[in-house]
Amino acid sequence: MSNEELKNKILAICPDAEVTEGKQFLNARVPGNKLHEVALKLRDSKDLAFDYLTCLTGADFPEYMTVIYHLESTLYRHMMVLRANTADRENPVLDTVSDIWATADFHEREVYDLLGVRFANHPDLRRLLLWEGWGYPLRKDYVDEVRIVDR
Amino acid sequence: MGIKKKKDPNDPFYAEYPIVESHEGGSIILANLEALINWSRKNSLWPLTFGTRCCAIEFMAAGASRHDFARFGAEVARATPRQADVIFISGSVSYKMAPVLKRLYDQMADPKWVVAMGACAISGGPFFYNSYAIVKGADHVIPVDVYIPGCPPRPEAILFGIMQLQKKIMKERSLRGKKEKKVQP
Repeated sequence: MSNEELKNKILAICPDAEVTEGKQFLNARVPGNKLHEVALKLRDSKDLAFDYLTCLTGADFPEYMTVIYHLESTLYRHMMVLRANTADRENPVLDTVSDIWATADFHEREVYDLLGVRFANHPDLRRLLLWEGWGYPLRKDYVDEVRIVDR
Repeated sequence: MGIKKKKDPNDPFYAEYPIVESHEGGSIILANLEALINWSRKNSLWPLTFGTRCCAIEFMAAGASRHDFARFGAEVARATPRQADVIFISGSVSYKMAPVLKRLYDQMADPKWVVAMGACAISGGPFFYNSYAIVKGADHVIPVDVYIPGCPPRPEAILFGIMQLQKKIMKERSLRGKKEKKVQP
């Protein structure tokens, strides 16, 4: 499916998504509160069939946190990038997609571990690599006076 | 009549090495007991494998047939600390790994030695130095006897490190105890 067709399909699912064409993939930014609904439709729609979450990452911005989902359809071999912003940067919350793509379980734990984005309805939201009480080291305002030399 | 084995006079431990005489049906070893103990310890160093990063590959290369540290009696790399004499820390030590390293060191039977191999184990490494996750040198966790610099060190460097450790073992006071410090009046 071409990017133009994909764009129309996505806009039909979620009219208030911002869809832009990136260098490689089609980017769609959806409001955080509609993320779960849109993701479910993207997977279950017969002609989109995004059944494979290849990557889930987080990014820190001054006003908000963004979680980025790379989706692929193993049936049609088309790909897209889905983004969702959290409303609040200091206490970011998004809906989990681990019930839609099971692979998101550990990815979301990693994002929670390093950026502190909490995923609502996640089955087991514990830290993945670091231990409790560490802080969120990939945040831009993370300070560690003991271990990191400020140069 | 026995054959007296000649010692190499250029060896720095000329006086320390035991004299070996071979006879029919057996050999006679003459030495002071401490030198004999040190001599036998230094020639059967069993390393514990602790490969956390790419230095471990170089350590394997040092153990493989081309460089072969079996020539120094260090061929039996053990997977359990109970049977090891020397731990080669080959790779960086993260804060999560540090308690494991400490426990492994505690589980090793005395006498035990530690070799920090590569820039990561010495100082936290060239790549991970300014990281929240990496201990800045394994000597923050356990005492280190020999440091082998390099990133990673070549197998020749590892062999040299083993030889340095052997020299250190030969100088140990394994029976006499620690040297008393002279107190200045």
